[in-house]
Amino acid sequence: MKSEKLFQYFLKSGGILILMMAIGIVATLIMGSIPTFKEFGFKFIFSSNWNPTEGRESYGALPFIIGTILTSVLALIMTFPFAFSIALFLGEYFKEGRMASILKSMIDLLAGIPSVVYGLWGFYTIKPWIVELGLNAQGFGIFTSSLVLAIMIIPYASSLSAEVINMVPANLKEAAYSLGATRFEVVKNVIIPNAGSGIFAGYILAFGRAIGETMAVTMLIGNSNQIPSNLFDLGNTMASLIANQFGEAEGLKYTSLVAMGLLLFIITGILNLAGKMIMKKITA
Amino acid sequence: MNSSNSISKQKLKWRIFNDKLFSIVMMTLAFVSALPLLSILFQLVKKGYKQIRLNFFIEVAPDTMQAMMAKANHEIIPGGIANGIVGTLIIVGLASLIAIPLGLICGIYLSETSKGKMANAVRLVVDMLQGIPSIVLGVIAYIWIVKPVTSGFSALAGSVALSIMMLPSIIRSTEETLKMIPSTLKEAALSLGVPYHRTIFKVLLPTGMSGISTGIILGISRIAGETAPLMLTALGSSAINLDITQPSSAIPLLVWEFYNDPNLIDLIWGASLILLLIIFLLNLGAKAIVKKWKVQY
Repeated sequence: MKSEKLFQYFLKSGGILILMMAIGIVATLIMGSIPTFKEFGFKFIFSSNWNPTEGRESYGALPFIIGTILTSVLALIMTFPFAFSIALFLGEYFKEGRMASILKSMIDLLAGIPSVVYGLWGFYTIKPWIVELGLNAQGFGIFTSSLVLAIMIIPYASSLSAEVINMVPANLKEAAYSLGATRFEVVKNVIIPNAGSGIFAGYILAFGRAIGETMAVTMLIGNSNQIPSNLFDLGNTMASLIANQFGEAEGLKYTSLVAMGLLLFIITGILNLAGKMIMKKITA
Repeated sequence: MNSSNSISKQKLKWRIFNDKLFSIVMMTLAFVSALPLLSILFQLVKKGYKQIRLNFFIEVAPDTMQAMMAKANHEIIPGGIANGIVGTLIIVGLASLIAIPLGLICGIYLSETSKGKMANAVRLVVDMLQGIPSIVLGVIAYIWIVKPVTSGFSALAGSVALSIMMLPSIIRSTEETLKMIPSTLKEAALSLGVPYHRTIFKVLLPTGMSGISTGIILGISRIAGETAPLMLTALGSSAINLDITQPSSAIPLLVWEFYNDPNLIDLIWGASLILLLIIFLLNLGAKAIVKKWKVQY
């Protein structure tokens, strides 16, 4: 009997360790960014001046927050038609069979490709293409990175939506069919209203992914510290700024980058929990 | 009468046309999204296969000068990615050593405790951990390990960052697999007088092995290609390094280095190809396990 209690405590200690780890992560980020918030206050979030020159040091996160949101929203918009088609394909039109398994494996492989390889592909394949189309002289920028990001998040956006679409009760669909509805009308009037919130949750999670994505964006966005003036302009995101400048950072610059990490953590954390919350409500 | 009939017929045709059009557009878009995959694979294989010789696996990455000389003489760039392969093995191996036991314990705890404040808090935290961008984990490992413990960039710091990254997938797959096992199995063992911990280790875990190991393999494949957190922690090294308190290279880090050095750029394809092969093999392995060892109840 005693060993049973002991073993339960042992299991519980694993849970406690995870909790402590999470608290530790939050505490570390907050403590690390205190000097920055002491120096700049909320100006850190709303200032657009990122200047590491000694004596005139000033750190503002606004250009990177805007860059992050722009690239991720644009990626989400571009990914939608494709991810939604895949979700319908796997969740409704072809639930089983060879076509479905081929598409499924391809999506799985797409999810497995490392970010840095996507970056390479974007650099050698997408960038020349952007230049050729005359969208941007050098081919770098917000649009280029969004395009690659859009492809990267297809698996995340589509797999959850496919699951939710698959869960739409068959009797609802059959009722519509028996009234003479075409498949398209069933999709429009039964599946989308029923699975809408789940599909939405999937996109929220994919959005969180896009915001935290680092390498591919770093290689394609052009790394300019200005607020981008249009969608084809160069820019920078919070994640790629950290990747680029953390190595040699000290003092205020270092704490400002940690503060950037804290902001990134808060934004992705909220998105992730919101997405999971909606999913839980649906599946419960 | 006649005219209304033709109108409704026209409408029907329109509806059927819409339906057909929609399914064609949908199928096209679905398969178009697979084109980037083919394009990436084609590019890597076409440009990378020449690099892949025995030397590529047993020699360390060349420095810029060597590569420049070879290029000037129109030879193949010497060297390989041995330092990256060894580094990836060490960093990923160590990360697994940290994450697998902790993930298993935590997953068992959650599956055995379906209710309660504490368990729900742990679930919430696991969800949250899953969403943390890898670069932020790099920052965390830098503050936790690089500065105070190894006082410099180290393979250990990289492993810590990656282990936090793979924990959620192990915990989740363990919890979900164990929950699917019928409670009769556990009750049978307990009623025979088998102690609780033996029931878990000898009955539940072996039954759930396929699900759990799939989760672990997918976790490993998720971290094997990570570059960003390693840039802040393991940094990279031009030699093979077995000391975990020293900076270490890794295959994704080498890809990044080659990308930034115009003289080494030719090596990038071989290195990426190997990295992709490793990850695809891990994914295939996970699928094979699901197929082969799936326990039917």
